[in-house]
Amino acid sequence: MTPISKTLLVVAALAVAGCSNPDRFGMGAGGAGGAGAYGALGAASDPTTVAYFNQTIGDRVLFAVDQSTLSDTARATLDGQARWLTDNPAYTAIVEGHADEQGTREYNLALGARRANAVQEYLVSRGVSPNRLRTVSYGKERPLEICSDEACYSKNRRAVTVVAAGAGA
Amino acid sequence: MLRILTLALAMALGTLPALAQTGPLRIEIDDGVIEPLPFAIPGFVAENAAATEYAQNIARVVAADLAGTGLFREIPAEAHIGQVTSFDSPVQYADWKAINAQALVTGAVSLDGNGRLNVKFRLFDVFSEAPLGDGLQFGGPAGSWRRVAHKVADQVYARITGEGGYFDSRVVYVAETGPKDARQKRLAIMDYDGANATYLTDASSIVLAPRFSPTGDRVLYTSYESGFPRIYLLDVATAGRRALDEQPGTMTFAPRFAPDGRQVVFSLSQGGNTDLFTLDLTTGRRTRLTSAPSIETAPSYSPDGRQIVFESDRSGTQQLYVMPATGGEAQRISFGQGRYGTPVWSPRGDMIAFTKQNQGRFHIGVMRTDGSEERLLTASFLDEGPTWAPNGRVVMFTRETAGAQGAPALYSVDITGRNLRRLPVQGAASDPAWSPLLP
Repeated sequence: MTPISKTLLVVAALAVAGCSNPDRFGMGAGGAGGAGAYGALGAASDPTTVAYFNQTIGDRVLFAVDQSTLSDTARATLDGQARWLTDNPAYTAIVEGHADEQGTREYNLALGARRANAVQEYLVSRGVSPNRLRTVSYGKERPLEICSDEACYSKNRRAVTVVAAGAGA
Repeated sequence: MLRILTLALAMALGTLPALAQTGPLRIEIDDGVIEPLPFAIPGFVAENAAATEYAQNIARVVAADLAGTGLFREIPAEAHIGQVTSFDSPVQYADWKAINAQALVTGAVSLDGNGRLNVKFRLFDVFSEAPLGDGLQFGGPAGSWRRVAHKVADQVYARITGEGGYFDSRVVYVAETGPKDARQKRLAIMDYDGANATYLTDASSIVLAPRFSPTGDRVLYTSYESGFPRIYLLDVATAGRRALDEQPGTMTFAPRFAPDGRQVVFSLSQGGNTDLFTLDLTTGRRTRLTSAPSIETAPSYSPDGRQIVFESDRSGTQQLYVMPATGGEAQRISFGQGRYGTPVWSPRGDMIAFTKQNQGRFHIGVMRTDGSEERLLTASFLDEGPTWAPNGRVVMFTRETAGAQGAPALYSVDITGRNLRRLPVQGAASDPAWSPLLP
């Protein structure tokens, strides 16, 4: 690890506005709403594209307050995700678990981990190799919607499957 | 570069024993102070020309420290009748009685050719017409003048309240910029009063919940540097850092030091389940403390290192539990309405501060370590994450406002529930952790 000098820190402070998001796995896809994080997502009508996965199948499922159980709607979406992953074996996925802001930071990290895991387990039960899936929790750190009402909270309590071309985890 | 300063507590100037005073100049903090004690602090005497500015500024910081507690009220200089032009001339008590100053702080400052400050001070009980404790002097590099002032204020606070001070301390926190759905977070450190803020990390990764080591020279925190939440250890002086527990397929967070500075307790998530573990920083050995399908997180040691308080949803909702530091059976201590999280053991050992959620509101509260005498200190849309002042009399926490423009800020409040204050931090800030008193 490189020690950071005071000079560097000051420069960095002034440059904040210019920084792009560097999270390796693209807070990216989940945080900003999926489409847009990739240069070439392809057409949403072409079943071999990431755009098809994100938009036509749906890259996310939603959860009830403080819950990580999958609804019928969520299972239907995940069935579609599992089929796509089976049909497109060159892709791996990171499942991001998120929580709304109504909770303490650490608890929400743990809750996001539960949600991501629920999705991962379901995909595996539908035939996706666990080697192609990883999970990460963002807790309440990356809300999609920013109002402080249930209308936004319900969209923030989510797990997002972020697919990318690449070798297994 | 952050500098660790060492200040010499030098020779005592007076001869009166510090503990002999039992006069009226006394604040019992437990009583909950309603009427702050009036004090006067004339500008310190500059003993040479180079010290003039320091003499004024140091007196101002001492006054701000004392008044900021809510226990003291400064009588402004415009109201003073008397003047202090020489540190060693006899105090004209009548002048200070006339303006009802119960305490008087006098001081003198010199700056030598090597850029070294020397600060002397005395505290007087005006109505008893006697010094309260010995005069003291502190030395340090001129750049550390605020620390010298905080040390003087800590002495005054301690002599009048009989409790340790907390002004010569620092706060590590998360500085936030950007909109709510793309927040950038970086670790920063500042004096307890918001001065001398400096960044410790850049904004390239999300960072969360820094915690000081028992000696204040290291910080534990959580970072997404690897793409996954992991716990890191950072050296405050160099800002050098290293990841502590890198097991693929796991996430680690909520780290906190044991009082020995060697063990770290933290949460590890694997397969969707979150449990508590310890890591020995010397040997790298990891030990599992809990093994349950529920969420176990936000651990905090008792000051004697024997117990850990943490939160768990094993009962169905977030509640607080205490267990031996080596793991084993846990006792639930929170039984009120709502959910309880982020427990932190007081440095005095007598209380636990926590976050409570009830009926859509968030509170910072304190309770005895057995869960009795619960007292809520604050209420808002979102208060969370208390951290204790070194003397266990004040807690600092994050308050976040609602809505699309919502942003976090740092607040402090006495454990009596009085003196709620927003810290003067530039920009949004969250997750404060208060250091011990500096050496």
